[in-house]
Amino acid sequence: MREGFGKAMAELGQNIPEVVALTADLGESTRLSNFNKNFPERFFEVGVAEQNLIGIATGLALEGFIPFATSYATFLPGRCLDQIRISVCYNKANVKLVGSHGGLTTGPDGATHQMLEDIAIMRSLPNMAVVVPADEKQAYEATLALAHRKGPAYLRLSRERVKSIKRNSNFEFGKIEIITGGDDVAIFCCGTMVGEALTASNYLRREGINCAVINVHTIKPLDVEGVVRTARYVRGVVTAEDGQYRGGLGGAIAETLARYHPVPIRYIGMDDKFGESGQPQELMKKYKMTYLDIMHTALNVFRRTND
Amino acid sequence: MDTSSPTKKLAHHAYEIRKAILEMTTIAGSGHLGGSLSSVDILTTLFFYVLNYSENPLQTIDNDRFILSCGHICPALYATLAETGYLKKEELLTLRQLNSRLQGHPSHTDLPIVETSSGSLGQGLSVALGKALALRLKREKGRVYCFMSDGEQEEGSVWEAAMAASHYCVNNLIAIVDRNNLQISGATENVIGLAPLGEKYRAFGWRVIEADGHNFASLINAFKEAREVKQRPSVIIAKTVLGKGVKSIENNYRWHGKVFNRQELKEALNDLGTKGTARSEK
Ligand SMILES: Cc1ncc(C[n+]2csc(CCOP(=O)(O)OP(=O)(O)O)c2C)c(N)n1
Ligand SMILES: [Mg+2]
Repeated sequence: MREGFGKAMAELGQNIPEVVALTADLGESTRLSNFNKNFPERFFEVGVAEQNLIGIATGLALEGFIPFATSYATFLPGRCLDQIRISVCYNKANVKLVGSHGGLTTGPDGATHQMLEDIAIMRSLPNMAVVVPADEKQAYEATLALAHRKGPAYLRLSRERVKSIKRNSNFEFGKIEIITGGDDVAIFCCGTMVGEALTASNYLRREGINCAVINVHTIKPLDVEGVVRTARYVRGVVTAEDGQYRGGLGGAIAETLARYHPVPIRYIGMDDKFGESGQPQELMKKYKMTYLDIMHTALNVFRRTND
Repeated sequence: MDTSSPTKKLAHHAYEIRKAILEMTTIAGSGHLGGSLSSVDILTTLFFYVLNYSENPLQTIDNDRFILSCGHICPALYATLAETGYLKKEELLTLRQLNSRLQGHPSHTDLPIVETSSGSLGQGLSVALGKALALRLKREKGRVYCFMSDGEQEEGSVWEAAMAASHYCVNNLIAIVDRNNLQISGATENVIGLAPLGEKYRAFGWRVIEADGHNFASLINAFKEAREVKQRPSVIIAKTVLGKGVKSIENNYRWHGKVFNRQELKEALNDLGTKGTARSEK
């Protein structure tokens, strides 16, 4: 996923002279090496100082540049929420925040490095857009799209390489993406969980249950109309994300459907806990975030049974 | 920069600004008087002598930039902008009221002439550094001036920015510290010792210039010196008096966040003196 971002940045560097990149000692990890090599004047290393990272990016944005500020998701927004809230959001500064290593799939580094609250935090900030791409290609497209859209945005990437998702259309900011249609259960998912949801839906189809798999890559602003339209066709809804579902994608979908189309809903994601060290697959299993968990939950929603 | 002795004119502006601050905060019923008053002579020097602003404040090419990092003293900034003519004086009386552009802490989106929103201490120097880097990239000649309070120096993020500013050798960044030695809970040196503040900035690679924050000649010289610094950022540590101009509250930390009521206002205004004899002329 990070490769997609790095590739887009290299292109943006070439095509948009206002694009600048910043990092807090994680330039290679966030795939900015190429940008740095080709546009050293427009690359800013600030050292391990995330608050300063955000402030400098803000100053550059207020002067007409389009800064992409990168760090691990755990430190951004973890270390600099106040700067993001006031310098970026309250100013409506055109700053793009890129948090890599989002979620439990960060793996062996453990709980400190597995950012699970970023979506909930960022989603609560006025003027902030939140985008979680599902694979490398989508990360690439989303990066380009965000560069062309004015305003604060958060792009959440994960550490793990993920299988690319087959899709019919390109990334469209602010719109849900229907990966497969279905009229029994709708699975709203994002990031690395899109692949899991697809696998789950394939198995369920064999059981005669048709799931719509909806990639909600833009969590904010949410495609309310698209979400409600999808929910109208199904008996129930499951959300799936690699993060705390309270306030995250799960929260976003629940808020929307409770208002416009109340329907049974269940959540796959972190259940108010910290993660721990382990291989990504082991962790996803332990914390009930695999395709099996999605299947099981979708069945329960469909049959109106409880776990 | 005009080199003829302008201190009389500056004293007059400073008097008008102090008067406006007193009136607007009394009408608002709340605000931060202490730091607003201690900063007036510095802001006056900046806006009426140092800053290179075009007629149209929103036309920014080659203009200097001014960042108010300690947003709580915004009455002083608003009053200064009104004195320069960028704001209408009547608007000052809307401070802190519903639908006013003059928010209790400055809002860039409501009042774009304010270059960045502030109110949470310790963010401005980073933003100013970002602007300084941006001006360098754009090959613009303007400088970025960043005004901070002294209690604000306790924020770690100030020192993140200080470290990076000297690393990036931004000589187009000039910081000013309103060294009134007081903060909410008392003397800065009792709350958490800042001294030796100049040594700290020096160790971070900055040119440090000390000035008397209520003496225009001293301030003018300090800014002149700062503008000539090559290869690194500079900071002017301006010694000031909290509440400066109204004897009854000078140097009293309890006036950090207080304002006069309507009865007290008259007395305070009297204390400011008349136009010709502003204290700050001294
Ligand atoms: C990050 C942050 N923490 C706390 C505050 C609350 N606060 C407002 S002013 C101030 C300190 C006042 O001291 P100083 O900065 O020296 O300002 P002065 O009293 O001299 O105006 C504090 C703690 C704040 N505005 N921002
Ligand atoms: Mg102080």
